[in-house]
Amino acid sequence: MLTKRIIPCLDVKDGRTVKGVNFVNLRDAGDAVELGALYAAQGADELVYLDIAATVEGRSTFIDLVRRVAHTINIPFTVGGGISSIADVSALLHAGADKVSINSSAVRNPDLINELALEFGSQCIVVAIDTRYVETSEGVFEHIVHTHGGRKPTELRTIAWAKEVEDRGAGELLLTSMDTDGTKNGFALELTSLISSNANIPVIASGGAGNMEHFYDVFTAGKADAGLAASIFHFREIDIPDLKQYLQNKALPMRLTK
Amino acid sequence: MKTVIIKYNAGNVQSVMYALDRIGVDYLYTDDEAEIRSADKVIFPGVGEASTAMSYLREKGLDKLIPTLTQPVLGTCVGMQLMCRFSEENNTTCMGIFDVDVKRFPATPGMKVPHMGWNNITNYKSALTENLIDDAYVYFVHSYAAPVCEYTVATCDYINPFSAMLHKDNFYAAQFHCEISGDVGQKILENFLKL
Repeated sequence: MLTKRIIPCLDVKDGRTVKGVNFVNLRDAGDAVELGALYAAQGADELVYLDIAATVEGRSTFIDLVRRVAHTINIPFTVGGGISSIADVSALLHAGADKVSINSSAVRNPDLINELALEFGSQCIVVAIDTRYVETSEGVFEHIVHTHGGRKPTELRTIAWAKEVEDRGAGELLLTSMDTDGTKNGFALELTSLISSNANIPVIASGGAGNMEHFYDVFTAGKADAGLAASIFHFREIDIPDLKQYLQNKALPMRLTK
Repeated sequence: MKTVIIKYNAGNVQSVMYALDRIGVDYLYTDDEAEIRSADKVIFPGVGEASTAMSYLREKGLDKLIPTLTQPVLGTCVGMQLMCRFSEENNTTCMGIFDVDVKRFPATPGMKVPHMGWNNITNYKSALTENLIDDAYVYFVHSYAAPVCEYTVATCDYINPFSAMLHKDNFYAAQFHCEISGDVGQKILENFLKL
């Protein structure tokens, strides 16, 4: 049976993880390759590496990191941050990334999704959507796509945009609710469910995971195909093997590696 | 031992190369007929679309070469589909090593296509699955699949049961991506390289 996926996300700057990590058994907790390898060994189903600096100087360091990750781990991984051209994607895939994630550049230039899907195939094009429930200029509350780490609202309505990026050739959606992100109160279930039911491509839910039950909720009520989190894994508030065992015990299909 | 990865417009094959690096075998990435013929093992990877890949193989004469190879050949993902008779993906006539037609997953409410992620394989009957744990999970990304047929040596179930692996004579094929399928995928690659 196709399993639900658990995906740790690593924010990287100049080749090192930026959010504090709390793994005493790691030689160097800031080493993004070593941390990724640990998660892979623990049974993570995929990894996401985000280049949060995404500067010109940082880019070559990031590509070098992607190459080292690809050499080391034997599960799929997605890379994102500052990707805005076919050349960017080509360099990252050539370095060994399995998928790339685009966000602001897709909002600025939606045709980029079509171009990338045509050039590299939909299977490796993830479109990340940062969304926030806000009052629009018409005075009604709506889910609106945001860019710049969720700070800058766009004109795009999240549900319509999710459908559009799929129609343009995205292979997967990474949906982050800025309303729940960092709260540890659980994923945005209603919105995730709405988007996942409308989509014929997998939806990765992100933002708000605080305990194991939140993952159960996002896979059932939220209808997500994958759940992504960062700090709760980095700080070992949740161990991946425990989480997967817990979800399997609750009758969700999981890939148990031990 | 000489291992060749067949070079064609198959998208990203970098992870296949890294997987072989991890196992510790040298390989050549080439479309040269003499090099391919003289290899001990041939890997025919694939990411992408069937008709474009087939036209490229025809252009290079690889569509004639591959079916005549006598050493162990392993096709993965689209590589496996191109080794079948026909693919519904843009109605493509393929190489016909396996006498079976590749079909699109039927539209089914609540079941997304592509079939993307980790799924378990069952009913193994291949040298490549030797010493594998039962119901092993491997990583799939595909919208088309070969139905279960006389060459099926491992099955997977998504919407319908389909061929996760095929085998006939010296030809082996896997629908999933061995190179990113964790320790299970690595074991399958090692078993192939040991043939």
